[in-house]
Order: sequence, then C-alpha cells, then structure tokens
Amino acid sequence: MEVNERRVISVIVVNESSVLSRITNLFSGRGYNITSLTVAPIPDSKYSRLTIVTSGSVKVIEQITKQLHKLIPVLKVYEHADLVEKEMAMVKFPVSENIADISTLCEAYNGKIVNVSDNVIITMVADEPKRIENYLQLISRYNPKEIVRSGAVALER
Amino acid sequence: MQINGAQMVIEALIAEGVNTVFGYPGGAIMNVYDEIYKQDGFKHILTRHEQAAIHAAEGYSKVSGKVGVAMITSGPGFTNAVTGLADAYMDSIPLVVISGQVPMSLIGTDGFQEIDAIGISRPCTKHNYLVTDAKDLPRVLKEAFHIAATGRPGPVHVDIPKDVTAQIAEFDYSVELELETYKPNVKGNLRQIKKAMEAISKAKRPLFYLGGGIINANAADEVRELVHKTGIPAVETFMARGVLSHDDKYLISMLGMHGSYAANMAMSETDLVIGLGARFDDRVTGKLSEFAKNADVIHVDIDPASISKLVNADYPIVGDVKNVVNDMLDNLGNIKSESYIPWNDTVNQFDELHPLAYHEDTDRIKPQWVIERVGQLLGDDANISTDVGQHQMWAAQFYPFSRPRQWISSGGLGTMGFGFPAAIGVKAAAPDKVSINFTGDGSILMNCQELMTAVEKKLPVINIILNNNYLGMVRQWQTLFYDKRHSETDLSVQPDFVKLSEAFGGIGYRVTTKEEFDAALKDAVEKNVVAFIDVVVERLENVMPMVPSGGSLFNMMLLEKKEK
Ligand SMILES: Cc1cc2nc3c(=O)[nH]c(=O)nc-3n(C[C@H](O)[C@H](O)[C@H](O)COP(=O)(O)OP(=O)(O)OC[C@H]3O[C@@H](n4cnc5c(N)ncnc54)[C@H](O)[C@@H]3O)c2cc1C
Ligand SMILES: Cc1ncc(C[n+]2csc(CCOP(=O)(O)OP(=O)(O)O)c2C)c(N)n1
Ligand SMILES: [Mg+2]
Repeated sequence: MEVNERRVISVIVVNESSVLSRITNLFSGRGYNITSLTVAPIPDSKYSRLTIVTSGSVKVIEQITKQLHKLIPVLKVYEHADLVEKEMAMVKFPVSENIADISTLCEAYNGKIVNVSDNVIITMVADEPKRIENYLQLISRYNPKEIVRSGAVALER
Repeated sequence: MQINGAQMVIEALIAEGVNTVFGYPGGAIMNVYDEIYKQDGFKHILTRHEQAAIHAAEGYSKVSGKVGVAMITSGPGFTNAVTGLADAYMDSIPLVVISGQVPMSLIGTDGFQEIDAIGISRPCTKHNYLVTDAKDLPRVLKEAFHIAATGRPGPVHVDIPKDVTAQIAEFDYSVELELETYKPNVKGNLRQIKKAMEAISKAKRPLFYLGGGIINANAADEVRELVHKTGIPAVETFMARGVLSHDDKYLISMLGMHGSYAANMAMSETDLVIGLGARFDDRVTGKLSEFAKNADVIHVDIDPASISKLVNADYPIVGDVKNVVNDMLDNLGNIKSESYIPWNDTVNQFDELHPLAYHEDTDRIKPQWVIERVGQLLGDDANISTDVGQHQMWAAQFYPFSRPRQWISSGGLGTMGFGFPAAIGVKAAAPDKVSINFTGDGSILMNCQELMTAVEKKLPVINIILNNNYLGMVRQWQTLFYDKRHSETDLSVQPDFVKLSEAFGGIGYRVTTKEEFDAALKDAVEKNVVAFIDVVVERLENVMPMVPSGGSLFNMMLLEKKEK
C-alpha cells in the first residue's frame, strides 16, 4: 500500500518575477498537494528560500523533488527527514477572556501577548507545527476570534 | 553595439546560425518584422496560421536536428500557437518561439490583444521569459537557444513587449552564459554503467527498449553498434522509428497499444529491459503492474524525472544516451551474443505466429497497402510525416524506415493538423528528399490552409489522404468499446479534395485503384509540386493488434486469422 507521508521540502530559487508561479503551477498541474508554503529572500544573495509542506507516497515525493529540480531557476531542492521545523501562529481574543490563562498558555508554546487594544488582545506563538496544533486546540475554549498560521519554515540539521 | 530590441532579435538569430524562421506578423511584433524586411541573413516563411508556424518549425527541427524558430504576435497570434508549443513540449522538440506583447505600459490593463502569454505557456514549455528591458535581450535569447537544445530538449518561449523591441541598448552576443541553476548531467555514472553491463551479461532474455531520446541525442549509429555487438533483440517506441533499420534482424517492431504481437510478447517475457531514451508512456506499457513483470530495468535517460516515474529502475543511469552507449560499448565485458540465440528464436517464433499483417479482402484499397506501397516506391528517398489517427498508426507499423529523423509524427500530444505544416518544415530542411504527409480525411482539414504556404514557397509536400470518410481512430473505439454507436465520427460529407488543392495552385488526384495510386504518386513526385492524393480506402478497417486502454501488453486483440 502507498502511504501518504507529510514531507517538508526546501527549495532555493533565483529571485525573479515569475518563479513562485512556476512552483505553484507545477504542484497544481501535476496534482501534488501543498499544505503550506512560505517564501522569503535569503539575506545578501540573489536567492529566495521556499519551504513547502506537502504529502504523498515515497514515489510522489521523489517525483516532486525531481520536477522541482527541472525548473530552470531552481538551484537546490532539499528533502530531508532530519530537520528543525517551526511555525508561527497569531490569535486574536476578546479582552473579556481570561488573559492570565491565555498568557501562560502562550509562554508554554514560546509565545506571548503582543498587542492589547480596547476590545481584543493578540498573541503569537512559534513552535513545531504539531505543537501549534495542540496550542490551537487548547485555546479554542477562549473564543478566539481570528487565527493566522504562518506555515512552516525548516532547516536541515 | 547600440541597437534596438528588434534588431537584437535579428542579430541573435543570425548569430545562432538560424537560416529559416516560420511566422506570422501582427501589431505587437511589427518592429521585428520591419527588421526582417531589411535583412537577408535568414529566410522567413509565412504560414497561414500560427499553429502551423510552430508545427513547421517542429518538422524543420526534427529533420535537421537544429533548433526550430517561430515568430508570432500577441493575443490571438500567441493563443493560436499554444497547441504547437504543447506538441513540442510533449515530444521534446527544441524550439525558440518569439512572441510580441503589448507595450510595458499596457501590461495588466487588458490592453488590445493582451493576454498573459507566459502564464499560458508556462506548463507547455521547457522555460519562458517576459523581457522587460532590451538590455536583457541578448542574454535571454542566448539562454533560450541553449536551454532549448541541451539536456532534455524542448520549446522555449520569449515574450517581448512592443516598446522593448523599440528600445535601444547595448548588444554583445559574445557574453558568456551564466546559468548556475541549469546544468544537465550528460555523462552517465561509469560504475552504474558497469553494473548494468554486468546485469546484461547475466540476463537470459534481455531486450532493448529504444526511445525517441536516441534520436534527440543523434545516437542511432552507436545504438546500432551496441545492438549488433550484443546480439540482443530490440523493440522501438513510436518515437524511435528509424533508430534501427526496418530490415535489421534484431529489430522486432514497435511495441505498445498498436505494437506488434512479437514486440509486446518480448516485453512481457523479458528478464531485463534495457531502456534507452524512452519514457514508459502509458501507450507503451499498458497496465503498469503487468508490464515486464519479471524483468529488472536498466533506464538511461537525460531527464532524472523520467527515471522511476512510472516503472521502477533497478539500474538508473542519468546521462546523454550517446555518451552512455559509448561507455557501454567500451565495457562489453563478457557479454556473449551467442547466448541470446535461443531468446532471438523465441522472439522470431512470436513474430511468425502473429506477424504484422492485414487482409486484402475488400474491393477498396486497404490503407496499409498504401503505406507499404509508398515504402516500396520511395523507401529511403522520402521523409514521412503524419497526422493523427489510424493512418498514423499504420504508417508507424508498415513504413520501412531506414534512418533516424526520417519519421516526423506527433506522439505525445497526438495533434490532428500537425502533419501538413510539419511536412512543410521537413521539406524546407531537407529539400532533396520527398516530403510525404500521410493524413486522414479528418486531420487534413485542420491545417489545409497551409496549401497556400507550400505553393507560395515552392515546398512540394505530397499529402496522401487515407480517406475512410471517418474520424477513423475514434470510430474504431466506438465500434469496439461503445457497441458500434458511431457518434459524430461519420465524415461522409466532405470537400472535393482535388479541387481544394487546385484552388490553392496545387495538384490533386482522386484514387480508387492500386494502378491509379502508383500513377498518381509517380506523377506527383515527377512534377514536384504540392499535391493531395485522395485515396479511397476501406472504411471500416481497424488498426490491429490492439491492447485495449489499461489492458496488459500480452492481452492483445489480434488480426483475425484467415485461410489463404
Ligand atoms: C493514437 C496514438 C497511438 C499511440 N500508440 C503508441 C503505441 O502503440 N506505441 C508507442 O510506442 N507509442 C504510441 N504512441 C505514442 C506515445 O503517445 C508516446 O509519444 C511515445 O510512446 C513516447 O515515446 P518515447 O518513450 O520514445 O519517448 P519520447 O517522447 O521520445 O521521449 C524521449 C525520452 O528520452 C529522453 N531523452 C531526450 N533526449 C535524451 C538524450 N539526449 N539522452 C538520453 N535521453 C534523452 C527524454 O527525457 C524522454 O524521457 C501513440 C500516439 C498516438 C497519438
Ligand atoms: C486536435 C485533435 N482533436 C481531436 C483528436 C482526437 N482524435 C484522435 S484520432 C481522431 C480521428 C482522426 O481522423 P482522420 O484524420 O480521418 O484519421 P483516421 O483515423 O480516419 O485515419 C480524432 C478525432 C485529436 N487527436 N486531435
Ligand atoms: Mg479518416
């Protein structure tokens, strides 16, 4: 049986106008999943780094990395199991909720309250994607009004 | 030197050694056409449709081995060309296609004849560019030719806004290419090659599986030598016809959906597939889980993504097949051709049991006869293009190909309308050979306006219409799999093909007997003018053998046996 595994693929690309669409087109055109995708320039270089979280059988993942390699502006593709992975989440709560509880929870997940206004507080946490899931579970009882996740970034060890 | 973008295009094409460009002008590309008017470094062939310009460039490229070049305008000019780009992409044909675009200031405004051309061409090109500054043009054009021709070849599209073709900048084509992200691997890993040779020497029933990559690599001579030195039988894909000569004793035939019984049985019985530049297409493999079930697989391909994409390779070798085959020839080791004699005998018995054949049991000419007859009369003297359908399969099965680049047909995309314009490009590249296009009564109407191009430029293509008054290939599937419901495939109503050709200044023949056919072909070759030979053939003939879609190669529908 083919098992669908979650995989993180890092792609180093030349910064040029259409490079992101080349990558997303490749995924949609060939029927591959994108769970999350983050991209930002690599400091002091002409490259950007994309972190793509995807899933598929071993065979599919192998095809994805090969097809990414084939794109002309792609310099490198890393697909390692051994990596440090982090994701950020920001959540907006009504001020009427138990702020002390929320704050403690955030601290447990490498985070804190980052903004307080008349009606809402905004928190951020940064942790492994799995732990972010947990965190979002836990805070669900505090009536979160809005949640935003950044998608994963990763570095191989 | 300081010149404008349009002049840069001309200078770059000349520097690349281009001598024929196919195209069609319009607003956004007019600056370039103005420069074409002023130069005499290359010929421009005006087709009568942009799709045809691309197909002609494909035909030109397939025969000459050079990069084909086409030029078109923005908007509808570009969208007309998309089918051609997709066709070249699927069949790995190196092209550089240059399109005009609306001026930079209008991009994104839904300007007149604006369309997001590079957005559309992205999935059907090897690479593409939108040039936003004339100073980038020399580099982009140089990269485009390089990328099109190297690695796994393919079409590259360059979109140039009109104001960029008017902009003046420095042109220096001697600049070195700096493509640090594009470095195709051309040299196969020698250790891996040696391991593969070891596996061959141990195999009892090895089989060469030859693909179109051999033709891309100009490696037919090396492959012929390897086949003869090892004495191992070979099957060819549709794209590889002509790699081995039709009379080569080791060539079984084409394999796949319409491959021969012997070729498909050999693939089913082999214990070692030696894949050279072939991509295990679904028309070839049939049901994957049953394909070459008991065999290990050696797979040589320049594109790593082709390897283990569909069939797992036990001996993956990434490299140019010419280099790899040369390394194989240097490492024959203890391969003994005598040891494969029993296996060759088995294969020959398969072929005797169910040879590629047809029955001449109707009053009307059999389409297969026409193909064989042209083979007898012209053989090596002709280059053979085709359209898509039954006639195409019969041409692949029955024409006696003797050399690579003799066979020009749309395999991956299967584009009706490909044949005639491709044959025009073929004739432009190889004027000394007869350019035949085997076509169908359906397909020919999809680019028949090219009669005008061929007549005007004196490119005497001979179109042989195997006229069955049907969209025959679809009709065949309806007969076999849809309980004979021939939905919208009857082409009883048709034009007078003789008059059609004559209307454009060509010549036409309507043929119902073998004698008439011989006379018509002879006359057309002698007169050396653009011709339609409309051959009335048996309407309900099916292409056999046939592996039904998704079936296993060894479960073929076969030609019914008849007592002689
Ligand atoms: C109606 C219809 C029916 C068809 N039926 C059949 C059939 O019965 N049998 C059949 O075979 N086909 C059939 N086809 C054609 C089929 O669709 C494919 O086009 C064909 O099988 C592909 O051939 P190929 O594997 O040789 O690959 P190609 O498309 O020629 O690909 C070439 C391969 O070689 C590699 N390559 C390129 N250059 C090099 C190099 N320099 N060195 C090494 N590798 C290189 C490429 O990366 C690629 O993997 C049919 C098509 C149509 C329209
Ligand atoms: C542009 C395009 N449209 C539709 C098809 C589907 N198709 C494949 S073969 C075929 C019939 C071709 O008929 P004809 O040219 O008369 O050839 P025959 O099969 O009769 O020899 C059709 C419609 C195609 N391959 N290309
Ligand atoms: Mg027909």
